[in-house]
Order: sequence, then C-alpha cells, then structure tokens
Amino acid sequence: MTLLDVQKLTKQFRIHHLARTVPSLEGVSFRLHAGQFLLVRGGNGAGKSTLLRCLYRTYLPSSGSAVFASRQGRIDLACAADVDIVNLRQHEIGHVTQFLRPRPRVSALDLVAEPLLLDQPWAAARETAAEWLAAFGLKQAIWQAYPISFSGGEQQKVNLVRALIAPRRLLLLDEPTASLDAQARRALITRLAALKAQGVAIIGIFHHPEDVRAIVDDELPLDAPSARGDDQ
Amino acid sequence: MIARAAPQIVAEPPLLQAQRLRKRYGRIVAVEGVDLEIYRGEVLGIVGESGSGKSTVLRLLNLQEAADDGEYRLNLPEYAGRNLLSLDRLTRRQVQIRHIGIVYQNPYLGLRMQTSSSGNVAERLLLVGERNYGRLRAAARESLAASEFPLDRMDDLPERLSGGMQQRVQLAKALALRPALLLLDEPTTGLDVSVQALVLDTLMLLQRELQLATVIVSHDLGVIRTLATRVIVMRHGRVVEHGLTDQVLEDPQDAYTQQLVHAKL
Repeated sequence: MTLLDVQKLTKQFRIHHLARTVPSLEGVSFRLHAGQFLLVRGGNGAGKSTLLRCLYRTYLPSSGSAVFASRQGRIDLACAADVDIVNLRQHEIGHVTQFLRPRPRVSALDLVAEPLLLDQPWAAARETAAEWLAAFGLKQAIWQAYPISFSGGEQQKVNLVRALIAPRRLLLLDEPTASLDAQARRALITRLAALKAQGVAIIGIFHHPEDVRAIVDDELPLDAPSARGDDQ
Repeated sequence: MIARAAPQIVAEPPLLQAQRLRKRYGRIVAVEGVDLEIYRGEVLGIVGESGSGKSTVLRLLNLQEAADDGEYRLNLPEYAGRNLLSLDRLTRRQVQIRHIGIVYQNPYLGLRMQTSSSGNVAERLLLVGERNYGRLRAAARESLAASEFPLDRMDDLPERLSGGMQQRVQLAKALALRPALLLLDEPTTGLDVSVQALVLDTLMLLQRELQLATVIVSHDLGVIRTLATRVIVMRHGRVVEHGLTDQVLEDPQDAYTQQLVHAKL
C-alpha cells in the first residue's frame, strides 16, 4: 500500500531583507509503502532536512505535493490545513530531530510519557516511558531530573524515546544517532525494525548509514539545487 | 507558496469563529479585517509588536469592548449561529461571565486587591447566583487548587501575594465557571524566569485537562513556542501571517515576520 506519494516537492526560501530566493529542494518525487525504510542521502545543503521538514510542515513547501494515506483518508501534506497537520502530528506522523527542546521543570520521564497521554492516564504512560528509557540505556538515577542539564547523548535519548513512544504510521528521522552511544544505537535499530514489521514507514537521514544498513529498503539520493541568480 | 486547503480531517466546527473584526479609536485603526478560528483543545498565539492590535483583538473577543464591524460566534448550544457582537449589553455580559475567562498581564485589572484571593474566585459564582457559603468556599478552593495555588494562603489579599501567585488567582478566577474560551494577555510577562516556567507548566496542565480553546497574546516568542499550536502575526491592526507555531518561527513567509523572528535573541 502506498502510504506517501511525493511529487515534484520543491522548497525555496524567500529572504526579504536580502531580496533573494534561495532554493533548497527541487522537484523531489518518490513513493513510500507501509513498512518501508527510505534512506535519504546527499551532502551538506542537498536538502535532506528540508525534505523532512516540508513533510512535517515545519517548512511550507513552495510547490509540489505529498499525498499521505492517513487513517482519515488521503491528504496532501503540502497544502493541508494547519489544524489537520496538528491532528496528524498527534496521531500519525512523528519527527525526530537532533535536538531536544526540553521544557523547564518537566522531568525526563514525564517529557517522554507526554505523547501517550492522549489516550492513557499518567501512571500507565510513565510505566511505558520507564521501559523505553531503560531500553535506550538512560540511567534510572536521572529519570526524574530535568533534561536541560543532560549531556548531548542523554538529551538525544530522551528526544528519541519521546518521538518513538506513541504509535505512528510515518516516522521522519533527522540524524537521530548523531550523539548516541553503541547501546542506544542498537536499541534504536531494534525498535525501528520492530516498528517496520508493524507497518510503520520510515524516512531517515543518518550520518553513519552503516548503523541502519540492515533495515534500509530503498535510498533517495539528493543533490543540492542548482544555484540561480537573484530575482530582485 | 501553496495556498492551504480547508480542514479535511478535523471535522468538528471551530469553537470560535470571528470574521472581519474592526475597531477604531478616533482616527487610529486598531484592528482591521481580522479573521480567526479556534478549535477546542488548541492554543492560538497572537504575536506582534506593541500597537499591532493584538490586545485589542483580545478585548473584542472578551466582549468588553464593542467592535465597529465584524462577526463573532461561539459554538455553544445557547448561542450557536448568533453574532455575539450584535447581542444586547446584558446578554453579552452573560456570555462573558459564563463562557469566557481572561487573565491580564496586570493583576490589578483582573483582581480586587482588597478582597481575599478566595473571595475573588468566589465572586464569579456569586455572579451566576450561587449564595451558599459552603459551596462558594468549596468551589474557590477547588479552582485555586487546580491553578496550583498554595491553599494555606487562599484568604490572603492579592496585594500581599507575589506576581506569580497573583497570576494563579487570576487563572483560578478565570476558570471558576469552566469557560469554553480562555484568553491570556501576556500572562507571564514581568515574572521572574523561574516563576514564569512554573506558571507556564500550570497553563499546559490545565489546557490538557480541560481541553479549552485558548488565545494567548504575548510578545515573548519563547512563551508562544511553549504554549501555542498555531500563531497569527499582527501588524498595524491586520493579520500578516498565520500558521503552525514551529512553521511561523522557522519558516516565516512575511517580511515583517522574518524581521520579528530574527530579532529574537
């Protein structure tokens, strides 16, 4: 089943104070099936993160389409209403970035449990959160601490678990292993393989693709868009 | 940029719909042609510099000032389909008391400083006819507790409280009658950073539990990022941009929004 059909997706940034338009992603097309893992490849500036952010709608695409087969029917992520995107982010699409945005005075355990609260009480959500944090090797001594004081690797574990803990149909992973230790990388690959088996589709950017080689189904090579002149 | 489609997954109608809101003070245009929709369970942020009209929009939504033009509807059984701006004064006041809660930046606007904190909260219930002392007291206690106010201080005068606690009393008062709509006007501006974080936590907790439709006006983009799911950007009384909070902050489209976002430290 085609879960995501991306056609000619394009993103340019209009920078008003420079009166310039900067191309970042140009005419990208691909199809993704349920349970498929697509590895996005390309050098710096090729638009890898831009692609994921356009699909998550942190960036507004400039043109093209990205039709997602949601549980509520087919919907074009490139132009869907903001409230629909909010709904999809809560229930169907997850995005893992390299950086955690910790909230003041929220413990690691609660931050991770939060996405589960839509359909379960705190106690159950915290129990599941504890299992996940243990699997990713976060020291139990710091589960109740505030992640703002954590190391980069610890923050990334919290970030990953928070993004993966609630069931999603499409996961967008933007270099989630950049500062992880070996145990956490193994835990991640195990979880991703299990999610794939359940039919979750994954689009990933990995600085060290060998980490995920065993579970990659397809690759999408990206090239930096050709530079164009100013359009003042 | 691609034009955004109408909602397709979210099927319930918005709780709040406002169209073509307009307000002038003499020759000054405060708000011109503002459209808004807010759904239950979501927080809409309004950002913009001083004088952009954001607080005026909030006062119009609170029915505390008359608009010069426009339509304003709340999807509530008693008022469905009715333009609240054309209701008579008394009925408008009823809607405001029963269905809208507001927290001001300045606690002197929201609280009576010479009345106890519990009395301030109980006043909302008095307004709808509750006269039983025990029930008034219990309701005030419950509402203050929900706002994470220390109950051993519930009979203190607000003027004796810290800024953070005054905001909790305002919040308890705003939510005492379980409104559908919560309006927040710079609710944490002027508080110490650590106190601000605690008040924001309480707001998020209540938002999740009560599934309110909330509007927050703030010039602090960090506060907006923490609380709001969607944002509108105002300038000179008009909406120049709207979108998901992360999108407006990371991929602002309008020249003014780009300037505003990049001015943040």
